[in-house]
Amino acid sequence: MKVHQFDVVVVGAGGAGLMAGLYASRSAKTAVISKLYPTRSHTGAAQGGIGAALGNMEEDRVEWHTYDTVKGSDYLGDQDAIAFMCEQAPEIVYELEHMGLPFNRTPEGRIAQRPFGGHTNNETGKPVRRACYAADRTGHMILQTLYQQCVKNNVTFFDEFQVIDLILSNGAAAGVVALELATGELHVFHAKAVVFATGGYGRVWEITTNAYANTGDGIAIALRRGIPAEDMEFFQFHPTGIYRMGILITEGVRGEGGVLINDKGERFMDRYAPHVKDLASRDVVSRAMYLEMREGRGIGGKRYLYLDVRPETVNKYAAIDGRTNPDGTPYTVTAEQILAKLPDIIDFCRTYLGVDPVTQPMPVQPTAHYAMGGIPTNIYGEVVIDEKNTVMPGMYAAGECACVSVHGANRLGTNSLLDIVVFGKQAGIRAAEFANGADFQPLPDDALDYTRSQLDGLRHGSGKENAFTIATELKTVMFDHVGVFRTEEGMSQALEKIRELKERFKDVRVSDTGKVFNTELLNAWEVSNLLDIAEVTTACALNRKESRGAHAHEDYPKRDDENWLKHTLVWQRDGKLEIGYKPVTITRFQPKERVY
Amino acid sequence: MQVTLKIFRFNPEKDRKFHYETYTLEAEPTERVLDLLERVKGYHDGTFTFRRSCAHGVCGSDAMRINGRNRLACKTLVQDVGERITIEPLLGLRVIKDLVVDMEPFFENYRKVLPYFINESPLPEDGRERLQSPEERARFDDTTKCILCAACTTSCPSFWASDDYLGPAALVAAHRFIFDSRDEAAAQRLQIVAETSGLARCHTVFNCTMACPREIQITKAIGELKMATITGKLD
Ligand SMILES: Cc1cc2nc3c(=O)[nH]c(=O)nc-3n(C[C@H](O)[C@H](O)[C@H](O)COP(=O)(O)OP(=O)(O)OC[C@H]3O[C@@H](n4cnc5c(N)ncnc54)[C@H](O)[C@@H]3O)c2cc1C
Ligand code: SF4
Ligand code: FES
Repeated sequence: MKVHQFDVVVVGAGGAGLMAGLYASRSAKTAVISKLYPTRSHTGAAQGGIGAALGNMEEDRVEWHTYDTVKGSDYLGDQDAIAFMCEQAPEIVYELEHMGLPFNRTPEGRIAQRPFGGHTNNETGKPVRRACYAADRTGHMILQTLYQQCVKNNVTFFDEFQVIDLILSNGAAAGVVALELATGELHVFHAKAVVFATGGYGRVWEITTNAYANTGDGIAIALRRGIPAEDMEFFQFHPTGIYRMGILITEGVRGEGGVLINDKGERFMDRYAPHVKDLASRDVVSRAMYLEMREGRGIGGKRYLYLDVRPETVNKYAAIDGRTNPDGTPYTVTAEQILAKLPDIIDFCRTYLGVDPVTQPMPVQPTAHYAMGGIPTNIYGEVVIDEKNTVMPGMYAAGECACVSVHGANRLGTNSLLDIVVFGKQAGIRAAEFANGADFQPLPDDALDYTRSQLDGLRHGSGKENAFTIATELKTVMFDHVGVFRTEEGMSQALEKIRELKERFKDVRVSDTGKVFNTELLNAWEVSNLLDIAEVTTACALNRKESRGAHAHEDYPKRDDENWLKHTLVWQRDGKLEIGYKPVTITRFQPKERVY
Repeated sequence: MQVTLKIFRFNPEKDRKFHYETYTLEAEPTERVLDLLERVKGYHDGTFTFRRSCAHGVCGSDAMRINGRNRLACKTLVQDVGERITIEPLLGLRVIKDLVVDMEPFFENYRKVLPYFINESPLPEDGRERLQSPEERARFDDTTKCILCAACTTSCPSFWASDDYLGPAALVAAHRFIFDSRDEAAAQRLQIVAETSGLARCHTVFNCTMACPREIQITKAIGELKMATITGKLD
């Protein structure tokens, strides 16, 4: 065992972790620990853009961004946090540009912006160009730029170290335990402040846009250590994943004028969202697609629809919608422009589907995408552990693993990249400040015990069960019953199944007994995280007897503000789940019906 | 269809020498080679080890030799390579276990070229973005696409010959900043890449360009760097 001491330890090196690391390291001795090389983090997969009311292409205002986000959240987002994020947005986008991020440019040389679902001009109700983008690889550029800045500033990295446990001492964060992949050795990182930035958990579902690494480790570890998780029933299904593979086709495709088409050749979104149509927010579009397929209007009766971005289609519907360019002329596109703005999407379709989007429509289906819920924090990234928002000293979280909550029941596109940089920065600054005014908590003598017992369990099970099989069964049941639409019966079945899988998981034994790069062991441990996360997700979903944002409960199809305008909190106590609630912060915008 | 995978195996804790294992499995022609590797690990042999994450060609984890050519397993479909598939680790980097190679020398070379934006001039007074025309932005677009997968560098005979050669990926990183109109350290970087372990070692073999899963015109980028070191001009 090796012991390291740092003022601040950041776990995760995606957008949130790198931003936290960059800021914390300015004033405190900081380590960034990541199970992947930083540039492999899933932030690099983000395509469409980062939201900020820069107004580079047309009038836009921070207040509109704020209101759109509140509305998008189906009023479950905390309005003080949302206002803070949207106010910070222009400044932080400029900061990224100053770090060298290569945004696309307007003819005037400013950062280019495109429309995205749910982002509107609040006066006209029309889509507004708010998503700052770098082709269709905005996340890649953010991740690369932040990593480059970390290299420039000599940030200390522990690459391919997987954190297994959080060390708490006297009710405060005291460090983490990590396994070094290359050697199999356990390391204790003794720290005054810990920042979790471990990303999402989309691997709980069968069809997903998420990477293999997105197994919710941070949230699962926190739950095991008595920290609650917030709003776990709200998980976003993105409308347009490549059929059967789940690979994301960015909403930017619809931003550029692409439309969804059913088996009858109809552009059906005008029936579900008459104002913004294909650019309604994601929960609305995914549900519309399910309803179309349920009515038998999937392509060839199957479980997919077409996303059509062929220039002739785009131009036809742009004319019908009366869409115009910033200078007032009618909006039209050419094949070359599509190619220039969506090069990676075109590449994905050619590679995985053998389809050329400029001449053929793309087969798409809703795909698991984004966790609105996570480790509860306030706007400073401080982890709060109860209904009264009591801060746990020294413990921070940011990015997709955290729940501030700025996304409430449904996130708007472009708001996660914004979230990770805004709150990654806050968490980094605050963690360093805290560390500079605090002493190390003593390390408990048994700091390694819990890690050892978890890993030993996986090494010494009976071997009757296979972790891979269990994960596959879990993903199927979650996709079928805890997906876009949910019913009491389906979710109860799912919960039963998850508990059965958890039992069976005890009989897993990994065959690799080695120390060096034992990914079988770590993958199996990740399956235990998926199981825990699926259980809390389903239990919280079953408890919420209303429909709101991404949680569409068919037995309770209406939003119920009287009883359910509140955040869910869930604790894992002695293997049992306890569910509680806390109020939503409402400042300027009183809940009203959501129409797009 | 039935696919036979012949896979390079090496376990440092047991083997003195590598060997190959063969696995036969049912697969669809449109599946990714990575999907097959996952099934081998999940159902046939849990000890089989490789890196992967995004599964759609954007993270750079799973570059490997597939039928002798450097490719990403997640961006290669079974139908692209046929029913007999040989899987081996990248060449020129030490094998740690099975397909996992030691990436440190690769990243070390990357870090040598000052792979970060440098501009010490005052920011615009209004605090907004530095201006850059769409044409200036397009000038270095191609080299911003790099995902640091190492497919290029490990396909290069000059790199096999000696790993102190910076290698194509590091040169791509240098290009990305040197041709960015906002950056101010082009001269410094050009000096670094002009040193003996840099540009001169590139013999325009084109292996890198063929290997790049992001279709970056690497040889062209290196050519532009060579030109810039000779003329001292960036155009
Ligand atoms: C395909 C796709 C496209 C998207 N497009 C957009 C978009 O256009 N706009 C937008 O706003 N949002 C988008 N999103 C959402 C957004 O990209 C993510 O929510 C965001 O990038 C998450 O960043 P993060 O830093 O929280 O986590 P990640 O980038 O996922 O990073 C997690 C980090 O934690 C590390 N880690 C995890 N577990 C452990 C452990 N146990 N030990 C050590 N390290 C660990 C990983 O190695 C990694 O470095 C998209 C998401 C996807 C999947
Ligand atoms: S240039 Fe291409 S092949 Fe080389 S590391 Fe970058 S993405 Fe990989
Ligand atoms: S797994 Fe990410 S590039 Fe293949």
